[in-house]
Amino acid sequence: MADRSFSVARLPGFTTTAMIVFLALYLPILTLVFYSFNAGNSVAVWQGFSLDWYRRAWANDAVKDATLRSLIIAVFAAIIATTVATMAALGTTRRRAFKGQTFIYVMINQPLMVPEIVTAVALLIFFAQIKVFTGYTGLGYLIAAHSAFCVPFAYLPIRARLEGMDLSLETAAADLYASPWQTFRHVTLPLLLPGIIAGAMLAFVISLDDVVITEFVKSGGQDTLPTYMLGQLRRQLTPEINAISTGLLALTVLLLTAFFLLTRKQDA
Amino acid sequence: MMKQTLAALALLMASTTLAAAEGELQLYNWGNYTSPELLAKFEKETGIKVIVTDYDSNDTALAKIEAGGSGFDLVVPSANYVPIWIEKGLVQELDLSKIANHKNIAAEWMNVDYDPGRKFSIPWQWGTTGMAVNQTAYSGDVNTSAIFLDPPPELVGKVNVTPEMNDVLALATMYMGGAPCSEDAELMKKVRDKLIEAKPKWQSMDYGMTEKMAANDVMASLYWNGAIFRARLENPEVKYGYPKEGYILWMDQVMLLKDAQHVDEAYKFLDFIAVPENAAMISAFARYANGIAGSDAFMPDDMKDAPEIVIPAELKDKGVFMKTCTGKAQDYITAIWTELQK
Amino acid sequence: MSAAEDAARRTSDRNGWLLSTPALVLLTLAAAGPLLIVVVYSFLSPGEYGNVVWNFNLDGWRGILFSRDVFDDTLVLADAHLTIFWRSVWLSILTTVITFAVGFPTAWFIATRPPRQRTLWLFLITIPFWTNLLIRTFAINEVIRNEGLLNTLLMRTGLIDTPLQIIYTDTAVLIGMTYVYLPLMVLPLFAAIDRFDMRLLEAGYDLYASRWNVLRRIILPIVKPGIIAGSILVFVPSLGAYVTPRILGGGKNMMIGNFIELQFGQGRNWPLGAALSVTLLVIVTVALLVYVRFANKDQGHG
Repeated sequence: MADRSFSVARLPGFTTTAMIVFLALYLPILTLVFYSFNAGNSVAVWQGFSLDWYRRAWANDAVKDATLRSLIIAVFAAIIATTVATMAALGTTRRRAFKGQTFIYVMINQPLMVPEIVTAVALLIFFAQIKVFTGYTGLGYLIAAHSAFCVPFAYLPIRARLEGMDLSLETAAADLYASPWQTFRHVTLPLLLPGIIAGAMLAFVISLDDVVITEFVKSGGQDTLPTYMLGQLRRQLTPEINAISTGLLALTVLLLTAFFLLTRKQDA
Repeated sequence: MMKQTLAALALLMASTTLAAAEGELQLYNWGNYTSPELLAKFEKETGIKVIVTDYDSNDTALAKIEAGGSGFDLVVPSANYVPIWIEKGLVQELDLSKIANHKNIAAEWMNVDYDPGRKFSIPWQWGTTGMAVNQTAYSGDVNTSAIFLDPPPELVGKVNVTPEMNDVLALATMYMGGAPCSEDAELMKKVRDKLIEAKPKWQSMDYGMTEKMAANDVMASLYWNGAIFRARLENPEVKYGYPKEGYILWMDQVMLLKDAQHVDEAYKFLDFIAVPENAAMISAFARYANGIAGSDAFMPDDMKDAPEIVIPAELKDKGVFMKTCTGKAQDYITAIWTELQK
Repeated sequence: MSAAEDAARRTSDRNGWLLSTPALVLLTLAAAGPLLIVVVYSFLSPGEYGNVVWNFNLDGWRGILFSRDVFDDTLVLADAHLTIFWRSVWLSILTTVITFAVGFPTAWFIATRPPRQRTLWLFLITIPFWTNLLIRTFAINEVIRNEGLLNTLLMRTGLIDTPLQIIYTDTAVLIGMTYVYLPLMVLPLFAAIDRFDMRLLEAGYDLYASRWNVLRRIILPIVKPGIIAGSILVFVPSLGAYVTPRILGGGKNMMIGNFIELQFGQGRNWPLGAALSVTLLVIVTVALLVYVRFANKDQGHG
């Protein structure tokens, strides 16, 4: 053979394209991060290193308020979504397929298939009626909405983990006269835990990131970080947005790294 | 341990979902229109924290409040919308005994025909709607609506037209020779055709021109004088013009929503903004004139002779104050606007 | 089948339902249920300044394709509406095609790295995937605006004199959507290529097939499920995109999502907005069914 280093897997131009893609994906984000440290006002001209924008973002009451609200909603949504998803996963996996299971599956994954704007509009109408009827305008609506669309994101990793689990341990527990509840609490749950945590983290990130549904459902003064940024993006273009974005990005990367480490251990 | 965590979570949930918090006020106002210093001063004097939520247009605000359950206490509509808000029962009549400074409202702004005696509103700021152009892109006459309706070649594809329906339609109607709120079907047809013809020459239909013109993202726009004043402070090439075919005068005022949950705090705020010094603070931030007598003494110097504030003598009588249109006229306006927006 | 087995099976089914109930309740109340309300609203009359009046009215549905000329009171074809639909579909198709064209080599690249390296590359592609949509749109805005990275570079190197007006055009929206949805194409493609048996390629080359033929006849058909999954994951959100066209389109180049929002704000036509939402949902569902049908059809032949 003439070509000693003929690699079956090599396709011409693919590696170059991939490299360009990675570059293209990261360049804008890195630019954004880079200019958050810009001493000047511009987002295109470097004027020296400074943490000023971070200080300003942190001193900005609206930002602090929005961040706190985002975190609260995300925590509650993640807890509710993960709990509900875990139960649903246990109910729909590793058992004989029952009538209506497809229906359950469709319902749970429906937020993934319906465009966000449609759900946002639907919730706007629905919640508006309830708001007028009950007079309650608190965070409950946002938490409910977020919990709902986070369910599929929590469900999928938990289900995946559940399907990959070895039944023999649970059978052994049953053989040793453990009750179903005991088996669940001491055998199934610990084994499932990495999947549950992974699902919770995904749900958390998804809730933190949501823009469209929150924008439509929120009431007065209920900005989350993304809706605050959306408002600012249509006006201010100071590096304060860059600082906030970098902060949010750092949090996401942190959570993702944890997610990767958790799911890697599972393969081991 | 589990029980304690659950209890803590329940408490947290309860505290965060409390509908009305004491010492707080929800103000729904135009974007970039409220002075942070004013709010800080207000909080210092009364201990009440004001939370501002932005809107970009009268229609958006009306739509949001109409939908119900918005959670806001105060809103700041323009004069031509005030009768609509009152008629729809969305705002409450003010108890003037709680607003001692009500008497400070300037005489010419006290008995306006959309709210005689100011029983429903306290003036916030007033201004004009005109043309703003970046002189590096175009150095010709800025005092004309042709900038957006018949753009000169240098500005084709570079003009922003802010999607404030009544403002745009009023300027276009006057450009075609009529008066705003016209019920003349023939005239309105021409207005519609002109706007549709001009739309492909526009760059965008967006807000936030203060920042965008300052950053050279937009070279020309239909916009409000104070916002352009602020853009000029950042970018000296920006020039404001008063269309000679006819331009608009408007006023925004603060009104109390019927389902407001912080009524006492709201009255304190309404009283607060009628103090001349505070009114001047509002103007100093947004760079518009206000309707409170005696505030001139406290206004910043650069507002005294700024081209955006002082209307040139020869154009003074071309200004028309925005009124509420009759049903038929409004139907035309809405229909044309809907066609234009698509 | 013994009675005991029967009973056990019924208990299992019942437990399955019981465990799934909380999820069903939550999703019905806060996701699926309100969709029904949207359908109802599409048949009502618009209120004068928003909200609805409870009168049966087909104007919401008529308004999708037709508009009433206010001067002649005739029904005319609303070609501006059709422009928005066409723009949305066309941009979504383009986005899907472009993300596939560049996403496939990328997925291939990641899948053909040595196993240890692979996790790193996977991690690198996942970060943009999970980065907030707003941040990604903002990042692209920073690159393509008049004083952004691209124009500054081009002007500094003297290639152009005045900035390229990219922002606020359809192109800006296309660039934005491609950038934002690219990771959604790469990940399913990677999953499919990962399962691909490289020995099939060896066989192909042994039979003197060219690289192009190997790609066309061996690789693509086998990774088809991944292509379909990726295409769905890009096409569906693109069609319903709201944030990206809003920020990059300047309010003039509306897509369906923006047009729907308009009806609930300045447009003051909730029934029309509801009807449009239902239409969007139907288009998306049809696209999904078509894709899924394609996937199953081929699996039948394989």
